[in-house]
Amino acid sequence: MLNKNFYLILIISAVFGISFWIGFNVNLLPVEASINAPIYDELFKILFIIGLIIFIGMTIAVTYSLFKFRKRKDQFGDGIALEGNLSLEIVWTIIPSIIVLIIGLYSYNIYDRMGGMKELNHSHEMMTSNSDKIWAGISQASNNEVASNNLAVEVSAMQFAFLFNYPKGEFISGELHVPVDHKVSMKMESKDVIHAFWVPEFRIKQDIIPGQPTILNFTPTKVGKYPIICAELCGPYHGGMRASIIVENESDYKDWFNKNTKTEVSL
Amino acid sequence: MTISLDSQDPNTKSLQPKGWLRYFSFSLDHKVIGIQYLVCGFLFYLIGGTLASAIRIELASPMSDFMPRDVYNQVLTLHGTIMIFLWIVPVVNGAFGNYLIPFYVGARDMAFPRLNAVAFWLIPPSGLMLVASYFVEGAAQAGWTAYPPLSITTPQSGQIIWIMSVLLLGGSSIFGGINFIATIIKLRRPGLKLMQLPMYCWAMLGTSLLVVLSTPVLAGTLILLSFDIVAHTGFFNPVLGGNVVVYQHLFWFYSHPAVYIMVLPAFGLVSEILPVHSRKPLFGYTTMVFSIMGIVVLGLVVWAHHMFTSGTPPWMRLFFTIATAFIAVPTGIKFFNWVATLWGGKISINSAMLFSCGFIINFVFGGITGVALAQVPFDIHVHDTYFVVAHFHYIVYGGTVFIIFSSIYHWFPKVTGKLMSEKLGILHFAITFIGFNLCFAPQHWLGLNGMPRRVAEYDPQFQFVNQISSVGALLMALSTIPFLVNIFLSIKNGKDSGDNPWNALTPEWLTSSPPPVENWEGEAPLVEEPYGYGKPITQEN
Repeated sequence: MLNKNFYLILIISAVFGISFWIGFNVNLLPVEASINAPIYDELFKILFIIGLIIFIGMTIAVTYSLFKFRKRKDQFGDGIALEGNLSLEIVWTIIPSIIVLIIGLYSYNIYDRMGGMKELNHSHEMMTSNSDKIWAGISQASNNEVASNNLAVEVSAMQFAFLFNYPKGEFISGELHVPVDHKVSMKMESKDVIHAFWVPEFRIKQDIIPGQPTILNFTPTKVGKYPIICAELCGPYHGGMRASIIVENESDYKDWFNKNTKTEVSL
Repeated sequence: MTISLDSQDPNTKSLQPKGWLRYFSFSLDHKVIGIQYLVCGFLFYLIGGTLASAIRIELASPMSDFMPRDVYNQVLTLHGTIMIFLWIVPVVNGAFGNYLIPFYVGARDMAFPRLNAVAFWLIPPSGLMLVASYFVEGAAQAGWTAYPPLSITTPQSGQIIWIMSVLLLGGSSIFGGINFIATIIKLRRPGLKLMQLPMYCWAMLGTSLLVVLSTPVLAGTLILLSFDIVAHTGFFNPVLGGNVVVYQHLFWFYSHPAVYIMVLPAFGLVSEILPVHSRKPLFGYTTMVFSIMGIVVLGLVVWAHHMFTSGTPPWMRLFFTIATAFIAVPTGIKFFNWVATLWGGKISINSAMLFSCGFIINFVFGGITGVALAQVPFDIHVHDTYFVVAHFHYIVYGGTVFIIFSSIYHWFPKVTGKLMSEKLGILHFAITFIGFNLCFAPQHWLGLNGMPRRVAEYDPQFQFVNQISSVGALLMALSTIPFLVNIFLSIKNGKDSGDNPWNALTPEWLTSSPPPVENWEGEAPLVEEPYGYGKPITQEN
């Protein structure tokens, strides 16, 4: 009996060990390039490890049963007439409930850290004026915050392109340029069908909805060029609906911004 | 009750064709209708599978070079619609439900045999209509979700035919659901208690409740959508002041329960198959029943997790996260109970058993990614990407389709009186299992790293992984060959199976194989312990 328990403990620790090792050493995600990304990756790692433990455990249980309890040639009759076991049932109801609850609360915490639970301060405006109605995505900001942010960008999406309007510089760009380590506020609106703004390296996505402006905030942390991908089926050229976001040093960004502003003014 | 007598009326029966012709007739026999559902569904599975192969060929290279872009969107729309509404829902509910439920409750037919036949005969015309819409002005191309405004602005004829077709199929589904509820509640043999029913009855009762509660919402939504398209109303058209997000709420109010409509019957079927081949009672019957009903209740209140990146208020996101994640609890109970059913049994390793165990492994994987997807912050990154594609194929293919194959291997001797070839069956399982995992496991990585779903072209850095996926899809397509060969060879030259080749205790095996028209020569037997393996009563047999 001791022997049997010993093997069980050995297998369970092996499953945990392998799961933790894979969870910490196998990276399935792209570069982390915004303040959201490390928070997301922390959640991913936890879910990945828990998932691996359950998956490897269940796979071992099924394949072991198939092997160990297979019917031998000389065997006849039935297995044991075991119809259930209440304490086991309680155990595998309560333990998953606790795991699910902990994951739920933890992801609530992650969501809060990403800024998702921040209250919107425009409920009053929503009632008074329909045109001010704004639905926010993750890392949301109030309407006023978008207006007051120096890095406010108005995004319009259409079949099959994104356009970025910089109100402070009064120009429109096909590329999104942003300075590193600064909070960017975007107000997004679609001209035709539903699109979505997705930057995998930032771990953020928000649908862009016709007749319903949405807001998205993010803070890039790594200089580089990343793809902006439309993630909502929007027509035949949906797969080609892409743009680039260029995260650059503050001085480079200012140069780019001033260059574009000047051209606009001189015209 | 009077209606059920109708089908036993000798005059009605004598009008029914005999032999193979009866499968092409308006037959009232639940067994004939079950086979009609199965064969019809399988033909559409072949069409849907061909479309899936076309998608995987297109995605073998990063450029859109295999078919025009709008045709690609039509192909993915038809693939989704056909696989859901013409293959999985009709087969896992209609085919096995019709064949098995009357046996399980000890009845001679379904409660409403004519409604039953109508429900089946709605399917071939609406399916053909859907496929034919490609040749009119092009099929619908807004995806199986048909989100407006895209569905309003794409060519109208295809979209309208799509709506008509889905409405008819939804009607068929509702007719079937009402029939199953009535049969299970009202046609039980005297003396047979609800808690003595085989688990598939409970699964079908839960599923039918979901069908009856949620499908009418889809019908209403699609009718409003068709008004927007043809009569230029503005329910969902933002140009006319409509709200596109309302459509998404209404659509997912049906389409999330639809996942359980596809999966719960499979849970029921696997609960019938595992005890027979492992020679052990089903572990934890009562908790299995409660977990089915728990899934039904929770399944109705989780729809908005499909909309975490649309405009949804924070509190709503939180509620739907918790509700969705909690479905893992009753689902998990079922999986632990199935493994406990295997434990300590005398397991025959045959095709039915292998497909069922493949189902457990695949579905656990799909369930784990499902719990992850329920978490708002997690979902926001991978929503509408190949991660989601991989997740739901693990649920509906790795889960339900594996169980459909398992069930065919298990009940083939019942229907034909012949045994299937185990060698070909195990070959079929091996190719399907390897091909399936090769096709869909890499797609999780694609989604996490930046490949959105429903695209005909993609970033060239994803080419290699997409090609692995396409090789897997090729294997899945090839796996159909040993299966079809097996079916035809076994029907023609299969070994005689006898009435009860598996020594099963569920009521359908307690009559001849194939069963007589009235199911039993005499009175239906009273089966109080459908899973009484290992008990003295079965030792006597």
